[in-house]
Amino acid sequence: MTGLMLFMRRIWPQLMTLAVIVGLISIMFPGFFQISIANGRLYGSPIDILNRGAPVALLAIGMTLVIATRGIDLSVGAVMAICGAVSAWGITEGYGLAATLAMALAAGLACGLWNGILVAVLGIQPIVATLILMVAGRGIAQLITEGAILTFNHEGLIFFGSGSLLTIPTPVIIGVVTGAIVTLIVRRSALGMLIEAIGINLRASTLAGVNTRVLLIAVYMTSGLCAALAGIIAAADIRGADANNAGLWLELDAILAVVIGGTSLLGGRFSLVASMIGALIIQAVNTGILLSGFPPEFNLIIKAVIILIILVLQSPTMRTVLVFFSREPAGASDKDKETVAP
Amino acid sequence: MKSTKAILWAGVLASMLVMSSSALAQTVGFSQIGSESGWRAAETTLTLQQAKDRGIDLKFADAQQKQENQIKALRSFIAQGVDAILIAPVVATGWDAVLEEAKEAEIPVILLDRMVDSSDDLYLTAVGSDLVHEGSVAGQWLVDELAGKDCNVVELQGTTGSSPAIDRKNGFEQAISGHANIKLIRSQTGDFTRTKGKEVMESFLKAEDGGKNICALYAHNDDMAVGAIQAIKEAGLKPGQDILVVSIDAVPDIFQAMAAGEANATVELTPNMAGPAFDALAAFMKDGTMPPKFIQTESKLYTQADDPQAVYEQKKDLGY
Repeated sequence: MTGLMLFMRRIWPQLMTLAVIVGLISIMFPGFFQISIANGRLYGSPIDILNRGAPVALLAIGMTLVIATRGIDLSVGAVMAICGAVSAWGITEGYGLAATLAMALAAGLACGLWNGILVAVLGIQPIVATLILMVAGRGIAQLITEGAILTFNHEGLIFFGSGSLLTIPTPVIIGVVTGAIVTLIVRRSALGMLIEAIGINLRASTLAGVNTRVLLIAVYMTSGLCAALAGIIAAADIRGADANNAGLWLELDAILAVVIGGTSLLGGRFSLVASMIGALIIQAVNTGILLSGFPPEFNLIIKAVIILIILVLQSPTMRTVLVFFSREPAGASDKDKETVAP
Repeated sequence: MKSTKAILWAGVLASMLVMSSSALAQTVGFSQIGSESGWRAAETTLTLQQAKDRGIDLKFADAQQKQENQIKALRSFIAQGVDAILIAPVVATGWDAVLEEAKEAEIPVILLDRMVDSSDDLYLTAVGSDLVHEGSVAGQWLVDELAGKDCNVVELQGTTGSSPAIDRKNGFEQAISGHANIKLIRSQTGDFTRTKGKEVMESFLKAEDGGKNICALYAHNDDMAVGAIQAIKEAGLKPGQDILVVSIDAVPDIFQAMAAGEANATVELTPNMAGPAFDALAAFMKDGTMPPKFIQTESKLYTQADDPQAVYEQKKDLGY
């Protein structure tokens, strides 16, 4: 029971934030909670948030692990473009669904392996190492699509973007299942703790006998795999691979999701669930802006202000202030204060 | 040895110059921005094709989105003594020096698709489309199609602050102003991409009573319209019937949608900027006819009545 309580205590700031934002949207747009079923699929704004938030949530899973090792993966957006391009290419060349998915996932793993080797074997700083693929990746994707938007009409592949299982959109299912599997793997074994150990002190963990090199490569490969899933979803969603725009700037959203989720960029302790809620918070803000009907010139300003408020509320200084104020009313009289003091 | 060779080449070039200046343009340099979009690729394909049809020797230089590469290409064209230069300038500023050099060498320069802010006596003419006009052609189509019926329109804008987004919005609004039956109820940016077009349309549909309030969609480019069409279908509505779809650019995929009855109209931003440029050049070379400083390309309207499948077949191999 204490485990669950600790877990809830860890994620309640994120849950509260999400609740507040959803509340604000429903005040501005009363029809927000209307959910119906259209074409055998749940249909409504909350579903949109889950569905549109799934790719960033997937990226955030991989990004959380990478950041926990005190790294960062800037290449995930470009990896999405590569894997989307590979899946569109595979299906239009007639390789069949299974082979196409395997190729796309393999491409993601290969990108992760490349990043991992640069970071873990060659010792290049993660931000520089992954920057290489961030810049080069879109070029690779363009080579695959030959510069055009590569469209396809294969129902099996489209299912991953706009299909549904038991009325739940496929991207949501992929996101939840991936999150659950990765959480189980890192939390039901010592892996999570070893990843945190690397983030806190790489040298000390190596000396303590942790195979940091293999573990780091595995973490970047996980990030690549998550990006591949997100890339397949993004391509399937629009029935085409857009090398220029697929996943554009999503690496920043993924990093932001991790930060909102309360994981420190300096590595160490992490929470996958909080990061995924962070991704939903970002998407809730995006969807809310679209529903509100503000002119597009305000989009980025509104988003920036909301994110700023969230981050300020989460900042260590603000927490101290909040703790201070939450104690003050309780100790209104001097007598109470004295009892509190020791 | 090397210098004698150079002199020899210079002589050959000079004699070529003398020969060609009397006749029509023979050698033309073309500095292209790069291939950042499908439309750009189609423009390159069509320029090469147009040059071939007219027997012009086209020297092609891809600048890979860099102005310094374009300036280098222009200097090299001037050094080679080409008869004319076509350039699609990547930015508007910083062309004065190199255009002066071309002018001193008496090589006419024609701008394609984009403008420069240099004085207009430094180039022969500019060929381009009028973005405001494109928007108003789209708006006029909607006015005619509705014939007075009430209609709530939603708009998918291009990237906020970009000149196509501003001008195409203005043009559309000009065309529908004075028609009280047409109301623009929502307008958001879709960043010119399919993904954002789809996402924003999903929100429009939810915000407007499941799409029942929306009678038409105006998208600043075809890609956003293609994304939005999918969103409309997923909401259980029929794009093209329940919600009219009009967009701009005329890329091949929108013709497929029109053939399927899912899109209604598109306004062409023609990638054939070179054709009018070569025509103006030929007239100038022949008897010195000065073309106007801006040649506006046709913003042609395509609807479902224009055999979209056939247009698709024509366009699909242009490199879009």
